[in-house]
Amino acid sequence: MSSEKKVRRIKSLFDLPRDEIFISGHGLCAGCTAGTIMRTLTKVAGKDTIIVNATGCVEVATTRYPYSNWLVPWFHSAFENTGASASGIVAAIRAMKKKGIIPEDKKVKVIAVGGDGGTVDIGLQSLSGMLERGDPVMYVLYDNEAYMNTGIQRSGSTPYGAWTTTTPAGKVWRGEWRPKKDIASIAAAHGIPYVATANPAYPSDMANKFAKGLEALEEGPSFIQVLMPCTTGWRFDPSLGITISRLATETGVFPLYEIDHGEFRVTFPVAKRKHVREYLKLQGRFAHLTDEEVEHIQKLIDAQVEKINKRAGKTVIGPLG
Amino acid sequence: MQAVESKRARPLNTNHAIANAVKDLDVDVISAYPITPQTTVVEKISEFVAKGELEAEFIHVESEHSALSAAISSSVTGARTFTATASQGLALMHEILHIASGLRVPLVMSVAMRSLSAPISIWNDQGDLFNARDTGWIILFAHTAQEAYDSIIQAYKFVEDERVLLPAIIAYDGYLMSHTIEPVVTEGREKVIKFAPKRHYPYRLDPQKPVTIGPIAPPEYYYETKYQQVKAINGSLPIIEEVDKDFEKEFGRGYGIIECYMCEGADSLIMTNASYAASLKAFLPEFREQGLKVGLLRLRLYRPFPLKKFVEYTSNIKNLLVVDRAISYGAPYQGPLANEVAGAKVKEGLGFNIISVVAGIGQRRMDHEDFYALARMAYEGRKREETVFYGVRE
Repeated sequence: MSSEKKVRRIKSLFDLPRDEIFISGHGLCAGCTAGTIMRTLTKVAGKDTIIVNATGCVEVATTRYPYSNWLVPWFHSAFENTGASASGIVAAIRAMKKKGIIPEDKKVKVIAVGGDGGTVDIGLQSLSGMLERGDPVMYVLYDNEAYMNTGIQRSGSTPYGAWTTTTPAGKVWRGEWRPKKDIASIAAAHGIPYVATANPAYPSDMANKFAKGLEALEEGPSFIQVLMPCTTGWRFDPSLGITISRLATETGVFPLYEIDHGEFRVTFPVAKRKHVREYLKLQGRFAHLTDEEVEHIQKLIDAQVEKINKRAGKTVIGPLG
Repeated sequence: MQAVESKRARPLNTNHAIANAVKDLDVDVISAYPITPQTTVVEKISEFVAKGELEAEFIHVESEHSALSAAISSSVTGARTFTATASQGLALMHEILHIASGLRVPLVMSVAMRSLSAPISIWNDQGDLFNARDTGWIILFAHTAQEAYDSIIQAYKFVEDERVLLPAIIAYDGYLMSHTIEPVVTEGREKVIKFAPKRHYPYRLDPQKPVTIGPIAPPEYYYETKYQQVKAINGSLPIIEEVDKDFEKEFGRGYGIIECYMCEGADSLIMTNASYAASLKAFLPEFREQGLKVGLLRLRLYRPFPLKKFVEYTSNIKNLLVVDRAISYGAPYQGPLANEVAGAKVKEGLGFNIISVVAGIGQRRMDHEDFYALARMAYEGRKREETVFYGVRE
């Protein structure tokens, strides 16, 4: 029962509308990839959309009173309650339609947007409630792998080996020593119609996943985890965000896949993987790692790739080339 | 009270009275999480929705934090929204309580007041409510199941008023009221909706008229936003009074914002609320016969504080015994209300002697003889520098 047929495929960025809904003038860092993600997301979603935003970079940088970068209704109340807030909006619309307060045929898409802290850590309970109830909300996680808004503190989404201000590298600590939480699988375990991972270096893949996630709202919630390289927190040159994003997938660090009605599919197969070194060496957050430690991370990635291939039932992400 | 006799009353506890008010108000969205002793409010509402007696969306949230979060977003989307809680639930909501008032959300919540952990206690006191005192909500105490029913109806009328746009709590005693059956007249949807027609949030989330709600306010704007809340809650007082008067005209039951009961000729008053006020109303005539000329000052509206009326009732008295069922640890008086009364006394230049009494903590039993002891303490008017912890074992 794939929803693929119903969705018009986006082949290139030229298939996206020219209208801007997430407009310029925001305060995100130069080179921040969150803006790219939000711009694509709102273009795919269109005007009949309500955005619910968790506290975080996107929230503070796009709604500094009295300004706003959003041409659709936008709502924020706290850090850890984005799932519940989205549910409240959906319930209100449903009730008001039933009671004839707003027209029955009015189409409104509710999209929740949160960073990794607000999603995989403090907001996990509220997100789980929303997913478990089957409330038709597309939840978009922009995953920059730490609490960037408060100054680069580690989150449950911080990868192994990464320096952050609360996992600094020294004689005793060598950066983060625990693996990244697998939030997409946690979301998928709720049995929701659509889950995907995406990456702004592959904009049409990302746009199609947003489109499919929105299409799924007829049946229930969807969850899209988007990798969001952070120039400030990952310590890289602002020009390199998309390059690093692409390397994340080419090295197998961040595989692109979807789980459509339980069906797992890698949307960007990689024939020959690049060594993880290529990805790590461009980022200051990994600068402390020794060659040995890099090789250890390579082994962790190899294991992750093996798991993905096993899930796909065939080799979709190839060996190191 | 008068009109109650002429209409048919039903036996309802306060929780069920509140559920009936929610039904009669045709509330669109209920977002709630179970907690003792509030549970039967949301159970009864669930039953109404399940039977089709109330057409509403019921959001089965995973916590009180989410209950209030979803209630806020539902309300700003334009739906008439209700939630209910108590104790730990109200404490878990604490962060979101401030957001509800800061976003000026016209939302109504009932609170079946209960003590706070630790140690865990499911029984009544008012520690939960007083912990939420400074969150910018309008707070009303009900002292009967009928008043709770009526206050919920009144509350929707004033919170949805564009001159107010603030959330309101209707608080009542857990168990002592939540699970105690009293005669209650319910008015039915037609009359209730006629009195309190739905007025949707004026800046609601609608793609046809995009708004940004909940932005970050830099230092140039935050202060003014908070000051607007000060003006809003102070400005709500005459509107709350007006709604109560209109309600009395319509249904024959009015309560005022603070009530002085058997105050004629009394130099000493006991200030209390909710079920203790109801108990004292029953006992005071007898106490007076026994020579204790003591009146009852029943606090109904707590936020905004009905200062003008308070001064009116206390300017000529000698003793004011303030009963607190919450503790303000390490404060000048250990009773939070007593502290406020002390502030009001200085501010308004009042001359009465304050007797601060903490009682009923964790539902420590208060019988007829205990209320008599309080009345005596008020009447005798001995000066007491320290808060009296009535009924505690040292």
